[in-house]
Amino acid sequence: MAQPSDFGYGMEEQILRAEARKFFKDTCDELRLMDLVAGKTDPHREPECLWDKKAWKKMTDLGWTTLAVPERAGGIGMSAVAVATLVEEAGRAAFPSPLISTINATYVLSACHTKNADAALAEIADNRTAALAVTNRKGSWSSSDTDVSASHANGVITLNGTAWFVQDARKADFFVVAAGSNDEVGLYVVPADASGVTVVPDAIVDLTRDQAHVTFEGVEVGPACTAADPGSGSLALELGLPAVLTMVSADMCGAGEWQLQTTAAYAGKRVQFDRALGYFQAVKHPIVNMMIMIDSARSLVYNAACAMDHEPEFSSVYAHMAKAAAGDMAAFCSGRSVQYHGGMGFTWECFVHLYFKRQMHNQVLYGDAAHHRVKLADFFMGPPRG
Amino acid sequence: MSENEQKDSPEQSSFRKYCRNWLSGHVPLPPAFRLPQSAMEIMTQEQMDYLCRWQKSAYDAGLVGCDYPGEYGGFGRTNCQRIANEEMHRAGTPYFPNVIALGMAAPTLFHHGSEELKKRFIPKILSGEEIWCQGFSEPDAGSDLANVQTFAEKKGDNWVINGQKIWTSLAMFASWMIILCRHDRSDKYKGLTYFIVPIKSALGKGVDVRPLIKMTGETGFNEVFFTDLEIPDSYRLDKVGNGWQVAMTTLLHERGAGPLITPTAGGQTSRSSETTYNAMTLVDLAKKSDRLGKTAADDPVIRDRIMSLVIRQRGFMESLRRSRVKGLADHPMRIPLQGKLVMSELVQDIAALALEIEGASATLFIADANAPAGGAWPLAYMNSFGGTIAAGTSEVQRNILGERVLGLAKSK
Ligand SMILES: Cc1cc2nc3c(=O)[nH]c(=O)nc-3n(C[C@H](O)[C@H](O)[C@H](O)COP(=O)(O)OP(=O)(O)OC[C@H]3O[C@@H](n4cnc5c(N)ncnc54)[C@H](O)[C@@H]3O)c2cc1C
Repeated sequence: MAQPSDFGYGMEEQILRAEARKFFKDTCDELRLMDLVAGKTDPHREPECLWDKKAWKKMTDLGWTTLAVPERAGGIGMSAVAVATLVEEAGRAAFPSPLISTINATYVLSACHTKNADAALAEIADNRTAALAVTNRKGSWSSSDTDVSASHANGVITLNGTAWFVQDARKADFFVVAAGSNDEVGLYVVPADASGVTVVPDAIVDLTRDQAHVTFEGVEVGPACTAADPGSGSLALELGLPAVLTMVSADMCGAGEWQLQTTAAYAGKRVQFDRALGYFQAVKHPIVNMMIMIDSARSLVYNAACAMDHEPEFSSVYAHMAKAAAGDMAAFCSGRSVQYHGGMGFTWECFVHLYFKRQMHNQVLYGDAAHHRVKLADFFMGPPRG
Repeated sequence: MSENEQKDSPEQSSFRKYCRNWLSGHVPLPPAFRLPQSAMEIMTQEQMDYLCRWQKSAYDAGLVGCDYPGEYGGFGRTNCQRIANEEMHRAGTPYFPNVIALGMAAPTLFHHGSEELKKRFIPKILSGEEIWCQGFSEPDAGSDLANVQTFAEKKGDNWVINGQKIWTSLAMFASWMIILCRHDRSDKYKGLTYFIVPIKSALGKGVDVRPLIKMTGETGFNEVFFTDLEIPDSYRLDKVGNGWQVAMTTLLHERGAGPLITPTAGGQTSRSSETTYNAMTLVDLAKKSDRLGKTAADDPVIRDRIMSLVIRQRGFMESLRRSRVKGLADHPMRIPLQGKLVMSELVQDIAALALEIEGASATLFIADANAPAGGAWPLAYMNSFGGTIAAGTSEVQRNILGERVLGLAKSK
């Protein structure tokens, strides 16, 4: 299969972007975002879960949370490129919501191709929220490393263990849990309020999302909760991963563009030595480098997203490229955005730290840049000897 | 992974088939002698003749000048040069020798030349029968191009030119030059006027060309001296005092960001040498190079660095693709203006890493029988600085991007 040269980015996507940008500007501009998430400054405070449920309701009314849900499950079934467009705009607004976690769960469930998984997708189409619970204590999301076990007896499945680093966990209605039975991994749909499920919030750096570890203590679910049987869960996760990487990278590109525009604007108005900061090449040239890195990452994101629908055999390689480029870009843009705001940029009052922290979080989520380059090297060069 | 084909227009699609078919039988065999890595280092008449024959045959087949109108020697197609370029690269043809003419003189003539000049000159640019050079830089006008001092004085219906140009690529083969001159010393920008001047036919009669030796030992660029060279007023492009605007058209095309797509062909130089501008070639190089008892391809640091370059290269390819998509391109000049900067720095970093991978063998230059890849990498590394200096240095490109795209305050 070949990709369309325009990434399949057409009129609908343009309209979606324009609407999304306006929506986020109206519901979550920087001032509102600060009010919403940055009220408490004490680094020892209790972990919070701050989001605007009214804005979320508006978003679900627009159907945006079901864009990625296939039509067979009652969703809108738009292309991954369209979904990436929305996610990019959400990242540009650093929008606190279960949007990305739900989209990521959607792609993994879509890759299961089972009746039960489609039933869970139908719930997402019905505006329920979801999160992947697939990562272990050490931060590995490789399915075989899961710390959760599933025992099957008399038509009842019992889950025990803990899933770590669950994104926007306190906003999720249900979890998609990777659990091992003997050596095989299955995926299970578990309601957040099921008995035996405890969501333990993590105290994280990022103010624009929540994260938790979720413990399962003798959680009993019926067979209808099996989205992927033991033995097919690993493949479903693997097939869903390119989308997860691509969407996280799209979020980073949106946030990076905000960092670029905000820093360029500040360099245009802050005057020192009788000149706007942007006059000085020690400031100007790295800001240009921010743009170059964003453009490269962004192009790779659209390439990876387009591959999901048109060139699936390469979507994994392209997604590794996108996440690697986005990771380096995010680190660079974050650093420069704080640095060129000077003392102001180092304060809580200045908006740039919100994005700095969101990017820090995204950089390591599902693997940092070096991790993805290792994967690419194995693909392009074969595994190393010794 | 040939994503370009799907959205071809009907004309592009049948033209692509035509190109592919023609190329299947007409890519010339590599010559017995060595060709340099790009047209900027052509040193001998023999190299020039071989490359001119190739350009002429590609032109005769309609692969050069596809989108230029028929009255200027073109083929009157719509957006087909890009198709021909893609197919020539895919076929691994040699490059074209008349790069300054195709990339700069032709689009500048097209946009600013009189009807008479366009009809007279563009056809022989496309066919490669007349080689051109570009007389912009001077000893005291490099990055600060508007500081050129070569003087054009009006004398009756003619102009008399005096002064010196430097770093003039291809001047020793050139029949013609595009030249930026000063006609008025009182105004830095409005005092500039743009002309075309004869070189070959005026040698020893007002024009003197002296080759300069590059750091690689190759020739390719020159000093050009003008002493009372008299040219008719009809050789002027655009109005007197509009030289700077005309020069901007030239530079925009030189940096690959202009409206007319430059005909470019593949980079085959000889059968044995490897392409030195593709990060993927580093994979094979690493597999062949020893390192700590294994190969460089087993070294995690080298692997990481190769992949960084592979990603950058792919990222830029995808950006070019994105720049053509409505709604995904942001500022219209944002990606086009990055092209020259990003590519030249990428090529430099690829070559630098190749040298590290080669290790001790990187000391062996092109005349050494034991040099891996025929010494291509040390040569490519040195020549890559031509890329980051010529056509506006990387620093100047960053100024332009910061100022034009991001609206940052203008540096002097
Ligand atoms: C291989 C090659 C081929 C060439 N071919 C041609 C040709 O055919 N025709 C032609 O006209 N010219 C040609 N040139 C010349 C080329 O355009 C100039 O070398 C270039 O514009 C730089 O000018 P300069 O050499 O005078 O360097 P300078 O302008 O003196 O620059 C020296 C250094 O200072 C930096 N610098 C200068 N100004 C600034 C600033 N404002 N901000 C930050 N840094 C700055 C530069 O980036 C550079 O690193 C060629 C050059 C090369 C290397």
